[in-house]
Amino acid sequence: MKMYEISKEPIDIQAVIDKVVQREAGAITTFIGTVRELTHGKKTLFLIYEAYEAMAVKKLEQIGAEIEERWAGSQVAITHRVGRLDITDVAVVIAVSTPHRADAYEANRYAIERIKEIVPIWKKEHWEDGESWMGNQLETVAYPSGKPEAGDLDE
Amino acid sequence: MNKVLFFAHLRDAVGEEFLELDASGKTVDELKAELAAKYDLPRMETVMTAINEEFASNDEVISAGDEIAFIPPVSGG
Repeated sequence: MKMYEISKEPIDIQAVIDKVVQREAGAITTFIGTVRELTHGKKTLFLIYEAYEAMAVKKLEQIGAEIEERWAGSQVAITHRVGRLDITDVAVVIAVSTPHRADAYEANRYAIERIKEIVPIWKKEHWEDGESWMGNQLETVAYPSGKPEAGDLDE
Repeated sequence: MNKVLFFAHLRDAVGEEFLELDASGKTVDELKAELAAKYDLPRMETVMTAINEEFASNDEVISAGDEIAFIPPVSGG
């Protein structure tokens, strides 16, 4: 069973959840990331997601390994969609099971934040008056060493 | 030879998904500077690099056969 996937097809949410079902779990949290129509009042028509697929799967696996190390007894499954997505479409599904519920919420939040840091996936927003690749639009992020800073690596 | 991959706005700027070139012996920084000048690539200080699907530092030296990828700030999720 592949726990970490990049999918060109719509994501089967229940299938992702089913991957983390375990007898030891007392909780499963599911995060479903969807395509929002309005961002700061600007209307998005649709999105294109692109991935460096081989590395993206590796980085999702890394995030899963980080979670399983940090939250004992946890299991993780993540699927991210690529291609054209319309408003309300599901872009990412993260399922985490743990023995106790607090850990399931915390670990799931950790997964989405890490995806936004280290997984090579990009989205292009299309509006009525143009299009742009997102990510660091405000140029607030810089990588002086050329790679993510300490803590972002799987060393 | 080396395969050099581009994504997002860099792919638009270069006009190709990847280039085949010989970068062995160069550092990541040197290759970055060379391609930035040749293709007029914007905001390279925000671009990360991967060698063989793992993040690499600017001072890492490229070997023959390595697959290089330039990774603009990511926006998945």
